[in-house]
Amino acid sequence: MREEILITTRANPKIDPNVAAWGWQVIADLFLVGLTAGALIFTAMVILGRKEENFGFTAKRLPLIGLISIGLAMTFLFLKLTHKIVFWRFFGAFVPTAVMSWGAWLLQLVILAILLLTLQGLRGGYPALARPVDKFRLGTWALDWAERYRRPVAWASVVLGVIIAFYTGTLMTSMDARPFASSGLMAPLFLTSGLATAAAVVLIGARAPEERLLFSRVLFGMVVFKVLLLALTLANLANGSQVQIESVQMVFGGEYTRLFWLFFVIPGLLVPLAIEAFGLRGKRASWMMISPVLVLYGAYMLRQLVVDIGQVSGYLSYVNTYNPALLDLLR
Amino acid sequence: MIRYAMVIDTKLCIGCGDCVVACKTENKVPAGLNRDWVVEATTGTYPNLKTEFRSERCNHCAKPTCLYACPTAATYRWEDTNIVLVDPNKCTGCGACIAACPYDARLIMNEGYVSKCTFCHHRVEQGLDPACVSSCPTRCMHFGVLDDPNSTVSKLLASREHKALLDETGNEPQVYFLT
Amino acid sequence: MKRREFIQLSATLSAGAMAPVALTGCAERPLPGTGEVVRTPTVCNVCFWRCAGTVSTENGRPWKIEGNPDDLHSTGRFCTRGDGGLGMYTDPDRLKQPMIRVTENGQQRFRPATWDEAFDYIAAKMNRIKDEHGEDRLCLFSHGPGGSYFRRMLTAFGSRGYTQPSFAQCRGPRDVGFALTFGEGVGSPDRTDMENSRCIVLIGSHLGENLHNSQVQTWISALRKGATLITVDPRFSVAAGKSKHWLPIKPGTDMALLLAWMHVLINEGLYDADYVDRYVNGLDKLTAHVQQFTPEWAFTQTGIRPEVIRETAREMAKAAPATVVHPGRHVTWYGDDTQRSRAIAILTALLGSWGREGGYLAMENVNLPRYPLPDPPAPKNNWMQAVQGEYPLAPAGIAQKVIDGSIGDDAFFKGWFVYGTNLGYTIPGVTEKLQQAAQSLDLFVVVDTMPYAITGYADVILPECTYLERLDPIRNSPEREPSLAVNFPAFEPKYDSKPGWWIAKHIAERLGLGDWFPWKDYGEELDWQLRQVGSSLDEMRRIGVKKFPRTTPKYFAPNENRQFNTGSGKIELHSDLLADYGHDPLPVYTPPPTRPDEKHLHLNYGRAAAHTFGRTINNPTLFELMPENTAWVHPVAAGDFGVSNGEYVRLKNQDGVESLPVRIRVTQRIRPDSVYLVHGFGHKESQLGLANGRGADDQGLITRILVDPIMGGTGMRGNFVTLIPEEASA
Repeated sequence: MREEILITTRANPKIDPNVAAWGWQVIADLFLVGLTAGALIFTAMVILGRKEENFGFTAKRLPLIGLISIGLAMTFLFLKLTHKIVFWRFFGAFVPTAVMSWGAWLLQLVILAILLLTLQGLRGGYPALARPVDKFRLGTWALDWAERYRRPVAWASVVLGVIIAFYTGTLMTSMDARPFASSGLMAPLFLTSGLATAAAVVLIGARAPEERLLFSRVLFGMVVFKVLLLALTLANLANGSQVQIESVQMVFGGEYTRLFWLFFVIPGLLVPLAIEAFGLRGKRASWMMISPVLVLYGAYMLRQLVVDIGQVSGYLSYVNTYNPALLDLLR
Repeated sequence: MIRYAMVIDTKLCIGCGDCVVACKTENKVPAGLNRDWVVEATTGTYPNLKTEFRSERCNHCAKPTCLYACPTAATYRWEDTNIVLVDPNKCTGCGACIAACPYDARLIMNEGYVSKCTFCHHRVEQGLDPACVSSCPTRCMHFGVLDDPNSTVSKLLASREHKALLDETGNEPQVYFLT
Repeated sequence: MKRREFIQLSATLSAGAMAPVALTGCAERPLPGTGEVVRTPTVCNVCFWRCAGTVSTENGRPWKIEGNPDDLHSTGRFCTRGDGGLGMYTDPDRLKQPMIRVTENGQQRFRPATWDEAFDYIAAKMNRIKDEHGEDRLCLFSHGPGGSYFRRMLTAFGSRGYTQPSFAQCRGPRDVGFALTFGEGVGSPDRTDMENSRCIVLIGSHLGENLHNSQVQTWISALRKGATLITVDPRFSVAAGKSKHWLPIKPGTDMALLLAWMHVLINEGLYDADYVDRYVNGLDKLTAHVQQFTPEWAFTQTGIRPEVIRETAREMAKAAPATVVHPGRHVTWYGDDTQRSRAIAILTALLGSWGREGGYLAMENVNLPRYPLPDPPAPKNNWMQAVQGEYPLAPAGIAQKVIDGSIGDDAFFKGWFVYGTNLGYTIPGVTEKLQQAAQSLDLFVVVDTMPYAITGYADVILPECTYLERLDPIRNSPEREPSLAVNFPAFEPKYDSKPGWWIAKHIAERLGLGDWFPWKDYGEELDWQLRQVGSSLDEMRRIGVKKFPRTTPKYFAPNENRQFNTGSGKIELHSDLLADYGHDPLPVYTPPPTRPDEKHLHLNYGRAAAHTFGRTINNPTLFELMPENTAWVHPVAAGDFGVSNGEYVRLKNQDGVESLPVRIRVTQRIRPDSVYLVHGFGHKESQLGLANGRGADDQGLITRILVDPIMGGTGMRGNFVTLIPEEASA
């Protein structure tokens, strides 16, 4: 028998009893950046494939949604910082070993790319928004520039989209001390999820039948990929170090089992997968719109589970002898 | 890099928690926050038992994953040593270091920046031991330079069985426990 | 209406505000010690060990306390509590101004008063007691150095009544038992020479958890050098974990083990024959006496296997005389405690370790003259004869007898000064008697720093400042090397609190006894004393501790013949004095009280390194370390009661007394038939913001007292508790 306990009381906020430094802000950030990455990639591919006429929503309207996403993502990230007064320090250094430092700089390029993609689609996608911009000489110049150079921008966007989606996964992976999040498969998993997210948005927003058909296929493919990658990730963790094995047990009988299977895998992956498989055979019924909504839900849940279980799993978990809540009397 | 190490004799430690009080007063750590703590591990069944007391803190790893993870270089090494410090003026409170530390040894100050054990570098600079070491009534804690084969810490590690916590992480922790 | 209703000092009266936490933004905290640092010598008073050290302030704010390297009590290292001493000063719940009990509309309450009002009130009551009953009818309950001024004031008035609960509730049996054997006691700090011991035997003594600084330091230094540790304890204590031999004895059967050890030492010829020949009386009688106490017999009582008893006895003998059979400190357990201490003393004599290196040494203090004072008035009556006449061998006041002697119209004592002792949490099962005494007494004064429960009975509450804000008497306690240490105030007294000497002096002046405090500031008296030994207050302010050379040898010289302060002039294994007073001249074994049923577990209690009894629970720094106590139970017992780790339960004793909710710690470190609690918790006073309602109070659960017939000690270990899960308790 082994009893390992803290005999001085320790209750560091957001560290004890489990690390809880990252909350909904980071989860939403990861979700929104994934969506932006997907938007960058899909819009760019439509541009590069010269299919803007057939896939109008993806080419002209999706980028603005991506831009709003990344804007919200940055806002949430800022909200998360507990010492906001020096937030600018992210841009005061570049730390090559720190994944988040890469992220800070890459996100600037991502914002630029999604902004340019938004501008190139503005006149066609959102004429009401384009008109006031066109009233200024600079606005007209910017829209013209974005339209003229949309192909080189699109090339860059594909690359940036893949990188930034990988970044969100790698950020998790790099947290060695959070075993559940530290599988190398997080990067492709998050990329796939980001693409599925963007595809779901297209499916919700697009009206053209051709566009809807293509993206229902893309969505199906991405969800299939996601399921496979998730299975591989779990297998990878289950064959990992002792702490990784323990962490994965949290979804196989442990405290996160219900949440993982009943509230993530089934509704967020398997149900949309079934619906899309059904939809591929024939005409899409209107009730099937539930599927992309579930995919969005699943993408958010994936990130929530990776962040939460990642933080709960760890190397050391000491139990206090004395009730740590009593320290609140001193705070 | 000069490697400072702490060597704690679990056979002599009585788990009194003086190290925790000394740290809190020396470093003016606010109420409800801790840079160090004491763990008691009991193995066996009555009456065949063994206990081990460990005063734990940041391990000032030679390969500190927290330092690698910090995006703003707020976490840094003090001079050319393994002593890992946090600069409050650079720390945004992003939490990357907290996620990266396998020992959960970091804490968030009420002002929002991250803090941790400093090995009392302000004392080390004056040739003193960290407050926890110099207050320990049993003298079971030792501090010194590992690169010097004649230092107490080197000699103790050379002559006694010891372990460090979570060696398997590859962080090369520099707080050792004599067992 | 009750003459003196118990009044809870309301929390609203203690309206000290905590400074709001300033939002400092990103302003970098300066490194500690870079501001203006002022250091003041201190003598710690968080416990009675009184280590000398230094208080540091930075930019006028409290910073830290450290030990003074010249001080042998601490060797420059304070313990957990000493390092947390600043919490005594910063505690926002401190007593803040004098209070006087008043009755308004039939309701008793305390009203804030000026010091002058308080002094007038006390002096008037004292004079009335003098007129009606005599000047010798006041008594002082005391714990801590500041009691000496009140003792002086009362002595000058004509009252010699004086008691320290630390005698009959703690160390008394040991003092008496050793004095009966060696002609002198163990003293404090204990005269064990553990740093040189090669074998240390702890009997229920949980060194380490019991953190008396130099005692723990010398003990650990022996372990570092490879000394053999033998620990006898029903619980796997910290010390047990460091032992070569842990003897998990059945609670209350220690005497059987001690007798069996004597049996082995004598029958195997392992005792120090030369030492015994030279110094000891009564070996023949002891030899005959212990023949019946074989290890095989002891096994039936203690559960310790005979071969373990033999092996440990041989270990002790092998290391002798560098063997300490530790006398313990809190030894009021089963009522046969003086006899058990005698047994330890006898073992010590057989091992030849009294007066020998690694055994017991002679401690020495400085020959410091007392400040010249008037001759005290002769006592009118012998108060000890009056209240504790049935214990002629008790050399000191027995607190609970003094309380008994204060109940009723014809009681001897009519007025109390209670200095730094929270009697209800110090003496077991005393609450009812305290209430009765409170009805009988004409004057009840409490002097303390904190609003402990005892203040509820007072007529007048006098807020003393903490040791960090006052001068204390010079510390001149016996040590391996003599030294003096002075406690200087590091801060001005907070609120309207005052030093004890100032309070006693003013009361004395009101009584016309100003001659006894013939100075303006207590420092003048200390300076005079220090100058007699070649120092001064100024010098002490610089150095804190002054060492003096020893003038007597630490140990007996080889082949030295010496007289012991006993009837026979020798170490007395067989005590004729005890026989004369009708007690057993040699220790005998009495089986302990047994569990009433399977559902009742032995209640054992002890100390923790983080706290000094109940006096530090409200100290914010120490509270943070250990905010509550836990009830230790073995997994088997936990299973029987259906309780699990971390759950809160109430403990209910054999007489139906229930504790506050206490957290369960399920651990292998305790016998399945016992519960263990750290003493000092379970305060029920709302004015103690942190301590109130935290954990269980062992004293409240101790309602069966096993009185020591020799010295009146209160044996506390004959009580049993059952566990009541929180939801099931009424």
